[in-house]
Amino acid sequence: MNKLILGMITVSLLAACSSPAQKETTSTAPAAPQASTAADTSATPTSAADSNVAATSNMAADPAAADAAAAKAKADADAKAAELALLDKRTVYFDTDIDVFHDADKEIIMAHGKNLGKVFLLKARVAGYADERGSSEYNLALGQRRAQNTKKALVAAGAKEGQISTVSYGEEKAVATGHDESAWAQNRRAEISYDIAK
Amino acid sequence: MLRISVFAFLLCLTRFAQAELSIEITGAGEHQTPVSVIRFAGEDESQRISEVVSKDLARTGLFKLIDPAGRAPRDASAVNFTEWNGVEALLIGSVTQQSGDKLFVTFQLVDTVRRSELLKLTVSSNKQQSRAIAHHIADRVYERLTGTPGVFSTRIAYVNRHEGNYRLVVADSDGFGEQALLSSKEPIMSPAWSPDGTRIAYVSFEQGRAMVFVQTLSTRERVLMAAFPGSNSAPAWSPDGSQLALVLTRDNSSQLYLVGVDGSDLRRITFSDTIDTEPTFSPDGKSLLFTSDRGGSPQIYSMSIDGGRATRLTFESGNSFSPRYSPDGKNVVYSLYSGGTFSIVVHDLESKQVQYLTSNARDKKPSFAPNGKLVLFATESSGRGILATVSSDGRVKQKMVAQSGDIREPVWGPFIKAMN
Repeated sequence: MNKLILGMITVSLLAACSSPAQKETTSTAPAAPQASTAADTSATPTSAADSNVAATSNMAADPAAADAAAAKAKADADAKAAELALLDKRTVYFDTDIDVFHDADKEIIMAHGKNLGKVFLLKARVAGYADERGSSEYNLALGQRRAQNTKKALVAAGAKEGQISTVSYGEEKAVATGHDESAWAQNRRAEISYDIAK
Repeated sequence: MLRISVFAFLLCLTRFAQAELSIEITGAGEHQTPVSVIRFAGEDESQRISEVVSKDLARTGLFKLIDPAGRAPRDASAVNFTEWNGVEALLIGSVTQQSGDKLFVTFQLVDTVRRSELLKLTVSSNKQQSRAIAHHIADRVYERLTGTPGVFSTRIAYVNRHEGNYRLVVADSDGFGEQALLSSKEPIMSPAWSPDGTRIAYVSFEQGRAMVFVQTLSTRERVLMAAFPGSNSAPAWSPDGSQLALVLTRDNSSQLYLVGVDGSDLRRITFSDTIDTEPTFSPDGKSLLFTSDRGGSPQIYSMSIDGGRATRLTFESGNSFSPRYSPDGKNVVYSLYSGGTFSIVVHDLESKQVQYLTSNARDKKPSFAPNGKLVLFATESSGRGILATVSSDGRVKQKMVAQSGDIREPVWGPFIKAMN
């Protein structure tokens, strides 16, 4: 529960810090985390409608410029929503005995790395985990590699070394308790969590 | 008179409610010696010493316990040998209680074939330690009949995970007499006994990540051995007790280090960019076995403690983990993951023969009993982690099911020397 609340605070903090000049855009963000895909433009009908209203009032001056401004505002809002949706995702997944996360999760790491790069006061922790198929110590080592590689990717995306600590729990703290591939796939993961800088 | 005052130190530990334990034995030794244990005269009906001795002997699979069927000689001189056809040895004993809670137990082991007395001893301790007396008697009987020291008085350590609580537990070798050394909401891993049995090194996450602690059993005092950035784990004691091998990730990948038990002279001994972990010393202290994925998959390697080239030991199809030497250094036991199951496997270092001791689905973390005759490991039963043993020839298997919790990371402790 605490984690969830901290997560919500962090999302708001991220939103507030990263775009002070676009308050009206970020105010639509709470709906964004529900968006299923980053590129889904229909996910922000409210902001699109608002832009149309704004465009209509400007139409008399320069209809072409107004259209362009509206389109840009909509694109910005969509991009912001997509980014926040990505930031809401905190977990990346791995193949068996592999310490590099799935390609499909790359954009999640890019978004977190970029945000950490923008907000130096943020601190993050990456925790690596493994499935049960190994010894506890081997899995601890594997989880550590997963955490370290995830940290490297965050740094490559813009975060500073010193912002990110790593930890491994190995096969401990499994999220799925079964003994099959679907459980193992959920447990082979790295989780990003934010601490508010002291 | 033999005093087993060594057990007194156990009193310093907090004893919590005795868990009910069910023990299931399968298989039998190649040759089972028929023995009979007579109910000891004067023993407490609620804590029968002779019953604990019988169960200890039965668990090895080497003995066939014959019901005395009412025959109850009180002394070797009173044995009517013609009555004991089919029994090779007879244990007779008597218990006397003195000065409050002091117990004296005298026992005789009689060879019913040669009609001679094999052993006669008196042991004493506090009444609360009657199980310890029984294990001691079983050790003496076992040694006299097999020529190998018994391990009934030794202890084991393991981690019990129950509803998000982790406990580091020390128990008798039969799983009774559990005592918690540490209780934590965060994971505990990899307990390792010091060679003299007085201390346990382990990994605890109580400060947010894996750190190595060393705790003294008698005083419960503990020191933080390693808390470098990243993970600090997999402690292993050198046979002389002066050094620990550890795994640190402070230089990125998990690598092996040696450090003095007083924290001095930390030095890195593997230099790979892959995973090197689970170090364990050879009985002569000159080399280490460890698990590494340097060849592409986790396998067992051996290396001199001075560093240098590592030699790959395992070439089975599958992944190999958690190596441990037998006490004589001739065999290595490890856990093999192959075809979706974990088995306990023993590797003869001379012949290079590999024998499967078990083939259950999730058998992990094997360790030899200090007499080399049994291997303790973690397995699962009805979705719960439990303790199990298998004889080192694979013939006799035993599961120990505790009342609650998920048991993992077991390790068999050393012989404890009597401190006379």
